[in-house]
Amino acid sequence: MWFRRLLSGFALLVPLVLLAIAIFLVSYAWPAIRFNQFAFLLHNTWNIGNQYATPIRQHGAIIMPDASFGIFFLVVGTLASALIGLLIAFPLGLGAALFLSEAVPRRMGHLVSFFVELLAAIPSVVFGLWGIVFLVPLLSHHVYPALAHALSFLPFFAQPTGSGYGLLTSGLILSLMIVPFIAATLRDALQSQSHAMREAGISLGATRFEVATRILLPGQKVALAGATMLAFGRALGETMAVLMVSGNALNYLPQNIYSPISTMAAFIVAQLDSALADPTGMAVRSLAEIAVLLLLISLLVNGLARVMIGTLKEHTL
Amino acid sequence: MIATRLWIRWRRFKSALGWTLSGAAFLALATAMIQILFYVFVKGFKSLSFKLFTENTIGVGGGLKNAILGTLLLSGTAMLLAALIGVAAGLYLSEYGEGRLGSFTRFLSDVLVGVPSIVLGFVGYVTLTVWLRWRFSLAAGAITLAVLMLPYIVRSTELALRRVASGIRESAYALGCRDHQVVFKVLLKAAAPGIGTGILLALAISAGETAPLLYTAGWSNYGWSGRFIHEPVAYLTYVIWSFIGEPFHSAHALAYAAAFLITALILFINLVARLLISTSPHANR
Repeated sequence: MWFRRLLSGFALLVPLVLLAIAIFLVSYAWPAIRFNQFAFLLHNTWNIGNQYATPIRQHGAIIMPDASFGIFFLVVGTLASALIGLLIAFPLGLGAALFLSEAVPRRMGHLVSFFVELLAAIPSVVFGLWGIVFLVPLLSHHVYPALAHALSFLPFFAQPTGSGYGLLTSGLILSLMIVPFIAATLRDALQSQSHAMREAGISLGATRFEVATRILLPGQKVALAGATMLAFGRALGETMAVLMVSGNALNYLPQNIYSPISTMAAFIVAQLDSALADPTGMAVRSLAEIAVLLLLISLLVNGLARVMIGTLKEHTL
Repeated sequence: MIATRLWIRWRRFKSALGWTLSGAAFLALATAMIQILFYVFVKGFKSLSFKLFTENTIGVGGGLKNAILGTLLLSGTAMLLAALIGVAAGLYLSEYGEGRLGSFTRFLSDVLVGVPSIVLGFVGYVTLTVWLRWRFSLAAGAITLAVLMLPYIVRSTELALRRVASGIRESAYALGCRDHQVVFKVLLKAAAPGIGTGILLALAISAGETAPLLYTAGWSNYGWSGRFIHEPVAYLTYVIWSFIGEPFHSAHALAYAAAFLITALILFINLVARLLISTSPHANR
């Protein structure tokens, strides 16, 4: 019995860690939450105030004059870049999973999908490096001007194409980072289906593609939706790669799909140094409020996804 | 008759188109992967030199000895911490975790996996670096990384143990083994490849992380002097992030070299993990 108790103590550490994270974060951010109130989400003004003046008292909090914290541009940037990432990653992951599971001989399929799924193992900061030295120059010199020219009749796609650091570039990098989750989950789900289903489909005269998309795929809707949800959660919280290719916009809403943006996660890294210059501490506590928001979003997205797919398999970890 | 034939042709055409599109999706991913590996390995290889391993960083030049050792120290310490707690918690979940505590822990561990690493880094900064006054240090960085690794190890350990046939447990109990004897003498040995794989994959993830370390481990131009707190530590991913933005050739060379080293390390760990799981008799994937 003592042994089981000992192990249960270790197991209890996991919920305790999560609880401690939430409590420390919320209590640290509390002065900012009270000072910023709901305007935090709806305003476009991140300004840590006049650092050369004397602190003043405003709404019961001590801040630097002119200080004001609103992160609407971060909310927009985070959601837009993650959605673009998902819009690109979903068809890519779906196609790759279908191809690797149903069109390639199984032994080779395993090897090749291991290679593609290694995309998930590449560190975020290496994606960022690749983005800076390869993707951004390629996109800004060749792809974006051509895209803007061809799609000039669409809103958000027309000129100016900017520097290459921005919303679409972030979305593209994010899509590469999250696509392995979708592809791997779906491929495993497809392969776990019995051969009888495939044979029945073929014997009814369906082509292999029809078997894959009309017989095998419909049974995997829940797994697909769960994996997509998890991938979306990843994209929302991704930090380093986005920080390096997003253009780090401040108080600026994207004007088109090439505009510089910033996301909540990237902003915390980008701004902590300057926020520490604020002697009242309100700037750092407002950054903590962003972290609280990120935590809430990730709890929500992951909780929902887990409820949807129930117990999970290894690679979706 | 003609209509049927046309209909069949139309369906064949659609199928061919579908395969082409899904093949193209796969090709796009493979191309991106090859592109990234090409950039990291070709550009990185040119920047490799012997002095990377023998000299510390000096400003934006010098070597990477401090960062290489720092990455190994941070991830290694984090792995020890997370493996001890994670394997024990995974054991509980798989062997005795049918109750409410079990399902609660399982759920929260899955949720913890999804918490963005920058949030962990920020909490590490607020609590360990500032509140406990450890400043930028090995302990602060390693504990933050350990929290990041913990849920991966918990869940992979649980899954590895669940694959051990229940008959083995029953025979051990029937021979008169106590709980801890069953665990240490039978289960851990049978599930070792699976557990090891999980720990290795978590190690690979932690080695590639940057965001949790920026404000917990800091950065240092010197090697580690043996102190766990009050002394910042260098690590490879920091070099990539901060040196690629510097306008100096030597800084870029160091960033490429660091990317080469960290990517090679992570791919190597992934390969070993893959081989470990595929050669084990009990756990077949």
